Amino acid sequence: MIEFILQNPILSALLALGGLSAAFGAVLGFAAVKFKVEGDPIVDQIDALLPQTQCGQCGHPGCRPYAQAIAAGEEINKCPPGGQATINALADLLDVEAPSLDSEHGEHLDLKRVAYIREDECIGCTKCIQACPMDAILGAAKHMHTVIADECTGCDLCVEPCPVDCIDMIPVETDLKTWKWDLPATNQNPVFHVVANEVNLIASDLGRGQAFGGQRDGDKAA
Amino acid sequence: MTSLIKVWELPGGVHPPEHKDQSLQLPLGTVPLPPVLVIPLNQHMGTPAQPVVQVGERVLAGQLIGAADGTFSANTHASTSGTVIAIEERAIPHPSGMNSESVVIEPDGKDEWIELTPCEDFRSLDRLTLLDKIRAAGVAGLGGAGFPTAVKLAPKSTQVIDTLILNGAECEPYITADDMLMQVRAAELVAGTLLLSHILHHPKNLLIGIEDNKPKAIAAVKAAVAGAAVTDPEAANIQVVVFPTKYPSGGAKQLIQILTGREIPSGHHSADIGVICVNVGTAVAAWRAVRFGEPLVARVATIVGESLTTQRNIDVLFGTPISYVLAQHGFNANNASRVVMGGPMMGFTLLDLDAPVIKTTNCILAPSKQELPEPLPAQACIRCGMCAEVCPASLLPQQLFWYAQAEDFDRLESHNLFDCIECGACSYVCPSTIPLVQYYRAAKGSIRLHEIEKEKSDRSRQRFEFRQQRIAKEEAEKEAKRLARQKAAEEAKKKLAEKAADATPSTSAPTDVITAAVAKAEAVQIAPDEQKAKLERMVSAAKNALEFQQKSLEPNKTNPVITEEQLVKQQVRIKQAELKLAEAEKKLADFISEAGTAPARIAPATDPNDPVAAAIARAQAKLTMSPEDKARANLESLRARLAKADEKVAAAKTEGSANLDALQQGAEKLQQKITEALAELAALGIKDEPAAVPEPVAPVAEPVTAEQNAAQAAIEKAKAKVAAMANMSDEEKRAEQIQSLQTRLTKARERLAKAEAENDTNIEAVRAGVTKLEEKLQELA
Repeated sequence: MIEFILQNPILSALLALGGLSAAFGAVLGFAAVKFKVEGDPIVDQIDALLPQTQCGQCGHPGCRPYAQAIAAGEEINKCPPGGQATINALADLLDVEAPSLDSEHGEHLDLKRVAYIREDECIGCTKCIQACPMDAILGAAKHMHTVIADECTGCDLCVEPCPVDCIDMIPVETDLKTWKWDLPATNQNPVFHVVANEVNLIASDLGRGQAFGGQRDGDKAA
Repeated sequence: MTSLIKVWELPGGVHPPEHKDQSLQLPLGTVPLPPVLVIPLNQHMGTPAQPVVQVGERVLAGQLIGAADGTFSANTHASTSGTVIAIEERAIPHPSGMNSESVVIEPDGKDEWIELTPCEDFRSLDRLTLLDKIRAAGVAGLGGAGFPTAVKLAPKSTQVIDTLILNGAECEPYITADDMLMQVRAAELVAGTLLLSHILHHPKNLLIGIEDNKPKAIAAVKAAVAGAAVTDPEAANIQVVVFPTKYPSGGAKQLIQILTGREIPSGHHSADIGVICVNVGTAVAAWRAVRFGEPLVARVATIVGESLTTQRNIDVLFGTPISYVLAQHGFNANNASRVVMGGPMMGFTLLDLDAPVIKTTNCILAPSKQELPEPLPAQACIRCGMCAEVCPASLLPQQLFWYAQAEDFDRLESHNLFDCIECGACSYVCPSTIPLVQYYRAAKGSIRLHEIEKEKSDRSRQRFEFRQQRIAKEEAEKEAKRLARQKAAEEAKKKLAEKAADATPSTSAPTDVITAAVAKAEAVQIAPDEQKAKLERMVSAAKNALEFQQKSLEPNKTNPVITEEQLVKQQVRIKQAELKLAEAEKKLADFISEAGTAPARIAPATDPNDPVAAAIARAQAKLTMSPEDKARANLESLRARLAKADEKVAAAKTEGSANLDALQQGAEKLQQKITEALAELAALGIKDEPAAVPEPVAPVAEPVTAEQNAAQAAIEKAKAKVAAMANMSDEEKRAEQIQSLQTRLTKARERLAKAEAENDTNIEAVRAGVTKLEEKLQELA
């Protein structure tokens, strides 16, 4: 064996390299079959970032088709419901510059809205039911329809087909469950007169006056 | 008794001035009944209670007005007797300043209580009953969070509780409610501790943790423990642990760490490490709920601040408007910087002073402007790191601050934002006066909303995808149906074409028609044996029925007397049965006679009763006919139809029916057909017997006027006969012709007479026909 290698160095080198490449090729081939990724993971990732309103404002019939289009190289700034936050997230994911929202496709509304059917005006034509991408409208022909507010994404698609124009998009009001603290006013714009809402947090706005004797030192026992 | 356990050091923490003395100068007081009580239905953490009273209803003190909605909720009770004047949205003490559903009660001043069910010895009851009592009393954590106590006291079976901690630390400045409670209700606290210990299967360590700045409370509790230990051996186990004052040692996690040295892992509950921590006020409330059956309707709250003339602790009913409480304590609105619920570190500014005192209202702080001035504007973070030093949860506040500003939720979560207890120590020490906790609260809220939205968008995606699938399925089904229809139509076409192809050769193969006719006839007929059996069954059934009816007519044992009515009825029934029997017998007889001839059908016999044979005969007759015969038969049938049609036309004429036109048209059509048939017949005649041609030519050439229906028919008849007699001898022919012409002539004359009588329009034509016939007759003669 050693003798053979010594006598035919080039041949043995070739054999060794050939053998190695065959072995690794087999491993890679096996891995390609065994660990094959089903579907397009990038489309799923993009789809997860889109707001799923299925409003079609981007020009695609739903969020997933737009995700596929983005994966195929379409602009990422066509989603008004998602707004800049979605664009930024998409830019992060795809490692591209984050453009600003393309106003051609609509404006981003901060307030969430849901469709509301003025029920005494509804004639039961079922047009809105057919238009709703979410199956969030309940009703039957010649019977009053109503929107399941929890399932409504506020996509607007039911407003246009209504022949009697009885659908309103009403902003979702914050209730005790959805209420949250606002971020404080930023440093760039110092606010000297403070509105009641902004000083709710006592911990953040005390300790500088007489009451606490200006003490900030954590170790001094009171 | 005295502390025998090691007190651990809490990481971080601050020492803000305590300001606890001013509210401890006066004994525990009360306020008079307010003119109106506003009792919110969500005074606790979790789902709001559901109202169970009606507007206008009189309620007694302690009566249930809001029932817990699910496990993670708490009952709400009327604080005093009175009338429910409204159930509506009212201001509640909440940082949002929002309204919430509340029951508004106008007290009647009598303070009548519902009947309470006291319990002398809680140890005689099982734990579930005790928990039910606590749950029914609506006890929720009185320390500030309002966690439903019954939920807290029912840990999972996997969580073995070895330590019960009673939280009397009360570390927040200004607040002395628990201090006062421990002073005046120490005995109840000890009893409550024993009760909770019993519910929790007697944990090894029973600790009452009190900060060392409450000497009076410590003394009172120690005395109470010693007193209880005399009668109850378990009370001797209770250890009153005094530890150095430091903010925020009163936080549950912090207190557990101080007293046991155990740290609750991120995302876990204290029960996971075998500890349950309950506020002292809650323990007293639980005790009262069990001992006296008394629901939680009041609490001890600290009313403090320099804008008040009286600063003290009061035992106040839930629902008492805060503005009323403040008014009772000489509130000077002009001097107050704001009114805060809770302490200065963790409390929040009340936006509406009409909000009521609720279960979590441990303190109402009404500081003067000098006492708690407006905050200084926030400045840039200088990365001094003081916040990290004081953080009791060992977090990195300045990092959290950056990420909260950038709304980088992933980073916030990886930096354990949710372990922040919002104690405010970081904000307190911040040299740049950055409202750090507000950033964290905002970020927490955003993350929470984000998660809700994420969940909703996932659900939306699912719904959308499901809808797409459904639509695709419907489309596919429609498409499949369409294809099936198309296929069926094609097949039908093919079959039709095949039939047409089959039909042509069938004339050359006459047996096909016969077999088809046989099959058809056989399909109609049921096997004779079966039919016979069926009929026989019918007969026997009818006989049985008749017998039965007759029998029931005779008086029997069960029914000895037969009324007349019954008799008549029965007779009718018998008659019916007899009729049925007769019918059935007749049918059977018919069938048998028919069946007798049945075997003959194998031969082409002409038994009229056998449809098969008849069909065969008809088919064979058709086949054996020569084309000439066929044509003749055709002609005859057409003539018969024409005659009928004529009759109908005549009838219609006399009646003046509206159908006259239609009938006439039908007759015309028939005539046309007859001429066609005639032409065919003539053609056949030419082919077969050219000799006979000259004779029928004239009649054929005779112009056919539509109106001369009857005459025409007669003429055609004559023509047909001429053709038929084509192979007769000349003499015979002539004789026949003369005869027929004579009959025709008489008929024509009759018709003429009739036409004259009726003044018919066709009279001329009829007359012409008569003369022609006369001429012909003469010619032949």
